[in-house]
Amino acid sequence: MAKAAVKTKAAASPSVERRPALAGRVTSAPGVKVEILPPAERISLRAPEASLAALSKALGVTLPTKPKTSAAKSGRTALWLGPDEWLIVDEAGNDPLADCAKAPALHSAVGISHRNVAISVAGPAAAVTVNSGCPQDLSLEAFPVGAASRTILGKSEIVLLRTAADAFRVECWRSFSDYVFTLLSEAASDAAN
Amino acid sequence: MLLIRCPYCEEERPELEFRNAGEAHVVRSTNIAGESDDDFEKFFFIRSNPKGVIYERWRHIHGCARFFNAVRDTVTDKFVMTYKAGEPKPAKLPGASK
Amino acid sequence: MNAAFRIPGAGRLSQAKTASFSFDGRSYIGIEGDTLASALLANGVHLVGRSFKYHRPRGFLSAGAEEPNALVQIVRDDARKTPNVRATVQELYDGLTANSQNRWPSLAFDVSAVNDLASPMFSAGFYYKTFMWPKSAWKSLYEPQIRSAAGLGVSPDRPDPDHYAARYAHCEVLVLGGGAAGIAAALAAAETGVRVIFADEQAEFGGSLRFESGAKIDGENGYAWAQAAIAKLKAMDNVRVLSRTTAFGYYAQNFVGLVERVSDHLKAPGRELARERLWQVRASRVVLATGAIERHMVFANNDRPGIMLASAARTYLNHYGVAVGRNVGVYTANDSAYAAAIDLKKAGVNIAAIVDLRDNPTGPMIDEARGLGIEINFGRAVIRAGGKLRVSSMTVQPKNGGGERTIPVDTILMSAGWTPSVHLFSQSRGKVAFNEETRRFVPGTYAQDCVSVGACNGTDGLDAAIDEAYAAGVKAAKEAGGKDSSVKTGKGAKPKVDASESWSRGMLGAAPGAGPGTTVKAFIDFQNDVTAKDIRQAVHEGMHSIEHVKRFTTNGMATDQGKTSNMHGLAIAAETLGKPIPQVGLTTFRPPYTPVTFGSIVGHARGALFDPTRRTATHGWAAAQGAVFEDVGQWKRAWYFSKAGEDMHAAVNRECVTVRKTAGLFDASTLGKIEVVGPDAAKFMELLYTNPWEKLEPGRCRYGIMLREDGFIYDDGVVGRLAPDRFHVTTTTGGAPRVMHHMEDYLQTEFPHLNVWLTSITEQWAVIAVQGPKSREIIAPLVEGIDMSDEALPHMSVREGKICGVPTRLFRMSFTGERGFEVNVPADYGEAVWEALWAEGQKHGATAYGTETMHVLRAEKGYIIVGQDTDGTVTPNDAGLDWAVGKKKTDFVGIRGMARSDLVAKGRKQLVGLKTKDPKVVLEEGAQIVDDPKQAIPMKMIGHVTSSYWSENCGLSIALALVAGGRDRMGQTLYVPMPNGTIEVEVTGTVFVDEKGGRLNG
Repeated sequence: MAKAAVKTKAAASPSVERRPALAGRVTSAPGVKVEILPPAERISLRAPEASLAALSKALGVTLPTKPKTSAAKSGRTALWLGPDEWLIVDEAGNDPLADCAKAPALHSAVGISHRNVAISVAGPAAAVTVNSGCPQDLSLEAFPVGAASRTILGKSEIVLLRTAADAFRVECWRSFSDYVFTLLSEAASDAAN
Repeated sequence: MLLIRCPYCEEERPELEFRNAGEAHVVRSTNIAGESDDDFEKFFFIRSNPKGVIYERWRHIHGCARFFNAVRDTVTDKFVMTYKAGEPKPAKLPGASK
Repeated sequence: MNAAFRIPGAGRLSQAKTASFSFDGRSYIGIEGDTLASALLANGVHLVGRSFKYHRPRGFLSAGAEEPNALVQIVRDDARKTPNVRATVQELYDGLTANSQNRWPSLAFDVSAVNDLASPMFSAGFYYKTFMWPKSAWKSLYEPQIRSAAGLGVSPDRPDPDHYAARYAHCEVLVLGGGAAGIAAALAAAETGVRVIFADEQAEFGGSLRFESGAKIDGENGYAWAQAAIAKLKAMDNVRVLSRTTAFGYYAQNFVGLVERVSDHLKAPGRELARERLWQVRASRVVLATGAIERHMVFANNDRPGIMLASAARTYLNHYGVAVGRNVGVYTANDSAYAAAIDLKKAGVNIAAIVDLRDNPTGPMIDEARGLGIEINFGRAVIRAGGKLRVSSMTVQPKNGGGERTIPVDTILMSAGWTPSVHLFSQSRGKVAFNEETRRFVPGTYAQDCVSVGACNGTDGLDAAIDEAYAAGVKAAKEAGGKDSSVKTGKGAKPKVDASESWSRGMLGAAPGAGPGTTVKAFIDFQNDVTAKDIRQAVHEGMHSIEHVKRFTTNGMATDQGKTSNMHGLAIAAETLGKPIPQVGLTTFRPPYTPVTFGSIVGHARGALFDPTRRTATHGWAAAQGAVFEDVGQWKRAWYFSKAGEDMHAAVNRECVTVRKTAGLFDASTLGKIEVVGPDAAKFMELLYTNPWEKLEPGRCRYGIMLREDGFIYDDGVVGRLAPDRFHVTTTTGGAPRVMHHMEDYLQTEFPHLNVWLTSITEQWAVIAVQGPKSREIIAPLVEGIDMSDEALPHMSVREGKICGVPTRLFRMSFTGERGFEVNVPADYGEAVWEALWAEGQKHGATAYGTETMHVLRAEKGYIIVGQDTDGTVTPNDAGLDWAVGKKKTDFVGIRGMARSDLVAKGRKQLVGLKTKDPKVVLEEGAQIVDDPKQAIPMKMIGHVTSSYWSENCGLSIALALVAGGRDRMGQTLYVPMPNGTIEVEVTGTVFVDEKGGRLNG
C-alpha cells in the first residue's frame, strides 16, 4: 500500500503552502520600524577549531572566531554564538546544510530554518527599542555594526545582530516570536522619547 | 543585577544571561558505579557552603551557552575571577578578601 | 485673579497662567508650575491630612520628596486613584482632583482623633504588646479592626489603564541630583565626551538654588545659571538629562534604578505616553549629588499645620511666589532659618519673632535680620505650639527654664540643621562615618565606583561644593575613559561662584521642653507618629540597638523612610543610652528612596507580555475547530475539541473512542526535541540514558529514560536513530529546557572528550501524531519515499522522506497503544500538512484530539507521564521500567544513585493500577491511599493516586497510583478516604487495554 503513495519526482515541491509565523507583521513608530522578515535558510553549526577552514570554504564565508562578531558574504551570514557554535543565516535561497555536508571535516550541522523567526528593528531609535528588554550595552562602541550575540529580550532568549548603525536583526524561536514582536512594538512607541 | 565576566565571550555580561550551576571542582568518578557509599555521599550530597570565597559553576546559558567556573565571595557577593571549565582551581586569587 | 497668599511679583512662575483644581471637593485656583502644595498654600490651606496613628491634623512640613505629612489621593477617574501622593511633589495641572486621606467623616472633624486622647495606650510597642492575648481574638477582632483603621488612602479597584515603559541604559558617568553640585559634575563629565546620564527628582533642576536667593554663579542668579547649564547639557549628544526622575535604588556594580514620571503632571496625557518609565542604568562611575535635607525642631505639638521647615517656606516664596503665612514665627538652632525670615520680611510678611536656641550666635544673616527690625531671642526655646487645626501661637521660654511667653503666630518655621542625604551612598553598601565636629553622618568607606559631592558629602558652602563636584566629574569621566584634552583646552570652564549663602550646624534630638521626663507630643517621625518620648521609652524597655529601637517605635519605617526623623531618633536614643552617637549607629537605608509604583517595576510585563505565550503551528486551525486550550508551561495546547453541545466529558469520551476505533490527530509539537550529532553520539546517549544505544540500528527508535545522578527518573521520551552519528531525541514538553541544560552540563563538564553536539529542534519541527487502526491509511496517500508496510516500517522505527512534498521525519510510534505515527514536518508547513492529513482522516471518520484524551489513552495503556506519575523520588524500578535499564552498562548518569540502599529497599512505593469497586467513581488525583479505613487518625498513608480518568473505552474508572509494595498487592482491596466517604479500590496491573499489545500493529 505504501507504493500507492509514492509519487513521481515532479511532486518534489511542496503541495501545501508554507505559513511562516507572523508573516507580514509590521509596526511603525516615530524613529523606529519593527517588522517580520521573510523566511531564511538557517543552520546551527557546531565544530572544533580544526574544522573551521574546511567549513568556511564549504560555506563560502569565513567563520568568525572572535566573540560577539559575525561575518557575511553573498547573502550568507555566520554569527559567532559560542566558541564552537555558529548560526548560519542564508537569505539568498541557498542551502548551507547541503554545503556543510560536502565538507569532510568533523562538525554538526542541524537545520533550523523553521525554528527561528527574524524581526528587523530599524531607525534612529532602534537601539533604545531593543534596550527595552535587552540588558546589553548597545552603543556603537560596545556593539558595533556586525556585532552578534545571543542574549535576553524581556522573558525570551534572542540572537541579536547589528546590521547597520541604526538597524538590528532579532532572531527568536518561532513560538516566542509573538511575544518578542509585541514587546518590540510596544517598546518602539516609547523609544523616541 | 551583577555583571559577570564570561571567559569565553571575554567580556562582562549582565547576570540575566547566566545561570548558577552549583559548586565547582566536584569530580564525578570515572568508576562511579563502583563507588562506596561514603564516596558517593561526598560527591553527591556534601557541599562546602563557605562564608567567603566559593568556587562555583556558572553557565552563560543565554549567551555563548558555555559552562565555566567562577570564584565568588559569598560575603560581598563579588566575583573575584572566572575561568574556563576544565581549568584547575587558580593558585592565586586577585584581590580576594580573606 | 490671584489667590490670597500669592505675592504679586514674587517667585518664578507666570502668575497669568492659572490652573483650577479641587481639594476635598472645594475648587481652588493655582498657577502653572505650582505643586499641589504650593497651590494649596497660595489659597491659605495648611490642613491637608490626618496622621497615621493618632489622626492628628497635619499640614505641609516640606517642599519636596521628604514630605511625611501631606499625603493625598489624586483622582483622575475610577481606575486612576493614586493614594499617598506627596502634595509637595505632585505638579498641578488644570482640573486636578485631590482628596485628603485617613479621616472620617471629614478632615476637620475626624472621629478617630480620639486615638490622640487615648495616646498613652498607643505608645511605642503598642502593637507588639496589646494584641498578644487572647490568641483567639486575633483573627476575629484585632486583625479586622487594625486592617480597617490602618493604611492611608484607598487603592483603586479597577485594573490600571496606564502603561509603563522600561529600558536599560549604559553610561560612563551617572550624576544623581540636579543641584549646583550635580550640575557642576555633569558639566565637567559631559565636556570630556563620555556618555552622561543626569537625573533629578524635581520638575526643574537647581536643587536648593530654587530657594537660595543669595547664590550667584557665573554672574547670574543661581537658579538662572542652573537653567542655562541644563539647556547646555541638553544640547549635547552625549548627555541625557532626566527631570522628574528619582534614583530609587542603588544596586551592585553601579546598577541604578530610576523612575521617570512621564505624564503624572499632565492634564490629559496622550494614550501613547507611558505614565512612568523605568530606567535601569549601568554606569562606570556614579556621582552622588543628592544634597541635604533640613531637620525640624523637636518640641511639643511641632506637628500642627502651619509649622514647617524654614527652607520649605523659602521655596514656596522664592520659587512659587507664595507666602506660607501672615504672621510668622521662627524657631531655629541654625543660621539658615534666618534667610527664610529675611526673604519673607522683604516680601512684606510679618516676622513675629525668631527664637534661636543658641546663646550668642553671630554672622551676616543674623545682622541682616536684626537690621530689618526682626525680633530675635537667643538662648530661648519654643516649648509648645498652640492651636489645633492650625498653629496659633508659640510659647517661648529661656532654654534653662524661666518665665513663659506666648507669641501669637499663624506659622512657625523651623530649622535644626541639615542632614546629608546619604541614602543612595548607603544603598551602594558604602559605610557612613560620623563627623564629631559637624555631628552628622557623611560618606566614609566606598564600596563601589562612586563619589559623593556637595551637601550629601558634608561639604558646606556653594564654592566648595562646586569645586569638589567639578573635580569629581572630571575624574569620574577620565577614569571611565573620557578624554581629558577637552578639559585642558578649557572648552568647558568650571562655574565660578560669585556669591553664596552659608550657615552653621544646628542640633540633633529633642529641644528643651521635650527632653527626658517630659510626656509632651514632640514628634520625631511625623508619618508614623513617633515622639521623643517613644524613643526614650523604647530604650527603657530594653531596646539598646538602634535597629531594635526603630522596629519597636517604627521610627523611620514609614514611606518617607525617616528622611527628617532618623537623626533625631538616633540622638535621643544615644542620649538615653548614655552612648556616643556613632556607637549606637545609623539604621540601614534600603531601596526605594521614595515610594515606587508597582507599574513602574512591572513595566511592559503586563497582559500579553506578562509571560511569553507559546503557540504551535496548528493553533489557528485548532481554535477554529472549537478547541479548548490548556496551559502547559508557556504553551497553549489543545485540551479537547468540543463539538456543538458537547461538554468536556462528552468530547473526551468521543475522542477516546474514535481514536481506538478509527484514528485521531493530535498536535505533539510541544514535546522537546534535541538533535544529537557527532561520531560519539551513541556513546553520549549511553551515558545520559539508562538504556543501551550503541546497538540501536539507524532507522529504529527506543523509549529512553533519563535519570538524575540520584537515580530518580528525570525525563523520558522516544529516541530515533537517524544515522550512526545522529539521534533525534524527544523529551517531555515541560522538561525540554532543563533536559537540554542537563545534557549540556554533562557534555561540557563531565564528558568533554566526546565529539558530539546538541541542538534544540523543538521548534524546527511541527509534530502531528496520527494514532489509531486507520492511521496508516490516512498518512500513506500523502507520503513519498517511505515504504509504509509493517515489514519496512515496524513499530518503533523512523524514516526520512516527504509528505505533501515537504521533508518529514516519520516516526512509527505510539502513545496510545494503537498503531501510530508521529509526522514531523518543518514548522511553517505544520498547519498545512495537518489540514491535508485532516482531509484524509475525514474519509475514515478520524477525530482531532487534545491533551486530555492523550492522557486517558496513555493511562489505559499504563504509559507514565514524568512529573505526573513520577515526582522526583521514583526510580525506574518503582515505575515498573526496569526493562529500560541496560543491565550490562557500567556507567550512566544515575547508575550509582539508583543502587543506594534506600532505593533498592523493600516496600518502596511502586506504580500500580487501581480499579474502583464502583466503576462509576473516578478517584481524585493526589488522593491518599490507606489499607485499613478503620484505623485511628492520623492514618498511615501507603500511597497516592497519580492519574485517574473515566475510561469510556473500558466502561469504568481507571487510575494509576504509587503504593508501598504495590506490585505485591495485586488483587488487594485498599481504601481512599475522602471527605464524602471512603472509596474502595482494587490493586491491578497498570495496563487496562490490550495487555498483549497486539493493537500496535492492528
